[in-house]
Parts: sequence; C-alpha cells; structure tokens
Amino acid sequence: MKKDEIPQDDGALGRIAKEVTYVVGADGKYETAQSSGWDVKTDALNVAWDEVNSKIEAARQKVLRGEASPVLYFMEKKIMDLSILSAYTGFWKWTIKKHLKPSVFNKLPEEKLKKYAALFEVSVEELKKPFG
Amino acid sequence: MDSINQSTVANGFHHLQAAHCENGVTTALLKHYGVHKLTEPMAFGIGSGLFYIQLPFMKVNGGPAISFRTMPGLIFKRTCKALDIPVTRRKYVSPQKAMQELDERLIAGKPTACQVGVFYLTYFPKEYRFHFNAHNLIVVDKQGDEYIISDPIMETLVSMNSYELQRVRFAKGAFAPRGQMYYPGDDLKEATDEQIRRGIISGIKRNCRDMLMIPGSFGGAKGIAYTGRQIKGWKNKLGDEKARGYLAQLVRMQEEIGTGGGGFRFIYGAFLQQAHAYLPIDELLQISQQITATGDKWRDAAIQASGIYKGRLGTQADYDNMGDRLIEISELEKMAFKSLKEAIKKAK
Repeated sequence: MKKDEIPQDDGALGRIAKEVTYVVGADGKYETAQSSGWDVKTDALNVAWDEVNSKIEAARQKVLRGEASPVLYFMEKKIMDLSILSAYTGFWKWTIKKHLKPSVFNKLPEEKLKKYAALFEVSVEELKKPFG
Repeated sequence: MDSINQSTVANGFHHLQAAHCENGVTTALLKHYGVHKLTEPMAFGIGSGLFYIQLPFMKVNGGPAISFRTMPGLIFKRTCKALDIPVTRRKYVSPQKAMQELDERLIAGKPTACQVGVFYLTYFPKEYRFHFNAHNLIVVDKQGDEYIISDPIMETLVSMNSYELQRVRFAKGAFAPRGQMYYPGDDLKEATDEQIRRGIISGIKRNCRDMLMIPGSFGGAKGIAYTGRQIKGWKNKLGDEKARGYLAQLVRMQEEIGTGGGGFRFIYGAFLQQAHAYLPIDELLQISQQITATGDKWRDAAIQASGIYKGRLGTQADYDNMGDRLIEISELEKMAFKSLKEAIKKAK
C-alpha cells in the first residue's frame, strides 16, 4: 500500500486510537503512518454485530415465549457460548443446558442465580425478570 | 521508523504503538531491557510471524477458522532465542498469586508482558470486544490500585485498576491466558549485527518452510487457494446470508487488530527491506516488492468481499471472482517465497 492510499474512514477504533500501518513512501521505502479506519473493515465488523444482535433478539423472543430461561438471553448478550459460560461459572455444559430450561431455572437456588447474575453484571432480580 | 507516538514514564519505559500487538510487545520490551536495534518488522521477520491456515472442521463464532499468523507467543519466543535472550513465561491457577508476582516485578521497576482477553478490556471500543484471548500488552508500573499499561494498539499509555487487570488476565474461552505473564532477562546486552543477521536468516528459512512446505492442503500459501476454492461453493452451500457472514469474518480475520493479513504482508515487506541492511542480497528488495503486491491484492480482495457482504454484489460470478482472487494470491505468495528460499541460500 502506498502512503497516499491509506484509508482515513471513520472506524470504531479510530475514535480511540489511530492504527499504525506500514506503507510504501514516494521513495519506495517502507515507513509507518496512521489510519483512522477503513469502511471495508467497519462494515465487516457491523456484519458480525448484526449477527450478534439478531441472536440476542431471537433469544429474547424465546424467553418471552417461555421456551428458554433468561440465561440464554444473557449468554447471547455477553456473546458467550456454552463453553465460555461453563469456563466462567464453573458449571458443566450439560448443567447449563438444564438451566436454559425455564422449569429448571425457576427452581435454581439463590447462590447459583448469584453466580450467573455476577457474570452477566446484573442483579438477581434483573436476571429473573430481564425485560422488566 | 518507530517514531510515532512514543511516550515515556517514570521508570524509563518508552511506549511504542505498533501495527500488531505481539510484535509491539516484543520490540518495546526488548528495547526497555537493552536491545535497541530491533524494530517491529524485524521482530516479525525474525519471529517468522507470517502464516496462513484455514482449519477445516473448526468454526470460530460460527464462521471459518482462519489465521494469518503463527501461534500466539512464538514471535516473542523465537526473536529472543535468535538473540540469545533468556525468557521467563508463567501461567497461574491462582489469580491472587498471578497479581502478587506481577506486583513484585513492578515494585522492582520491571515492566512485564501479559497475555489477556479483550472482552473486558476497558479502554477498547465496545465494537471490538469479542472473546478473543490472544492479545498482548505490557504492564509498566503500578500507582496505588492503578496499573499503567502499554498496549501496542493504543497511541498512548492507558490504565486499569487491579480488578480490571485481573479479569482480563483470567479471561476464559479458547486460548484462555491463565494469568500468563512473560519477560526477558534483565540488563540485556545490545544485539550484535551478527546475531541479527543470523536471526534474519533463520527467520526467513523458517517462514519459507511454513509457507511452502507445510503438509496438507489448507496451510501455508496453498491454504489460501483452498479457502478460495471453498468460497466459490459458499453461496450454494450456505445460502446468501450465511455466506455473507463468512466473507465478513474472513475480512475481519484478515484486517482487524490482533490478527492482520493484508497488513502482515506490508510488515513483512518492511522486514525484507530492513533485513537488506544486515544481509546485502539484492533479491530481498525485489521480493519485498512482490510481497507488497500480494498485500495490495489482499486488500483488493477485501473490497470485493465487502461488495458481497454489503449486498451490492451477490451473484455466483461475484463469489467466483472472490475465490479466484485468493487463488491468484496463493500463486503469487508461492512464487515470492520460492524466490526468497532461493535468495536466502546465498547467505553465509
């Protein structure tokens, strides 16, 4: 990439720190310069976030329909999957799968709820009633 | 070259912004402990950082698992080995112990590198916070409960309190850092030109091996064509929406912080130019240009991909075009590394 071709689009990172890139200067020698962002990257990141958001919304609907416990909603909200959730809580994956069922979730003891609530950064009340 | 945005703290540590976190940590840390000759591209080249692999049967965030780099940690390890620098690397079960041992080093005035997860990295923009655990930073100093952090992605020094730092050091998921910290020995001797020359030769040889000789069809330069051939089938196999998601993931792996693909080609191009000063083989300069050209092609391919994931393009012909671009890049990189392999034979 030549120095005068560096994209200076608006990027999420660019608002906090411009990125260092290696570019070829007029003399053919490599040098460093900064980029505020590149639309091609920003759009790719947006696609990823759109997927995350549609997963969150799907989980929200499932919880509202009573097909899943709020754990599913918060798991998606924190971009976690069963493995990551299991690693953070110390619960087995199959245990979490059970907790995803509303009937099991509703009978969970306080200390297990607290574990989830702490990880999801909400109160136990919010964990039980995520949508008010 | 490394003139952008340096700032120095009380214990003499010099913050260095870099294009890639592990290069940046390696370069800044070794500089602090006495090796000033190393630049980011030199660390990347001596550490043989350039690579390509698409792991079949494996998914990351539901998309293809593609990496443009060697395993995390290797750039630091190989660079130090080439320069005869002793390295210490520790992992912990206990977060308390991990924080205590880091504190002991900081009290002694010794900046120390840590591997961390980015999900809870407070100074990162929210948009970048996924569960990616192979990020590297240097903890420079501690003031009260605040840790002064030199993160190579940032323009200046940043800080985190002990709770925040402990949380990112013990992030969970793939490549969980387990409190990992690492550092070179104290009071290093400046590298000799001969050491750097040898490091360059072995780094280049290893990188040629990784790009040309790796067995199987999905790693090294030929792995790029493997991905290219797969892309041509994505529209039919996955449907439009999923195929778009896959292409977006490819571009994120290729261009985003912590990974880098197009950008890595440019760092490697810079490395070959700088290497020429220690190793006057003129082919290095021509091959540097070839590598630069492949970096440009990677970026052009990303633009084609973005046309598809933004919905402007989407016919089978557009996917074929995208696949063909990677197949072309694969050939160009094969040629470049074959020439490099020949050229480095001239080195004594």
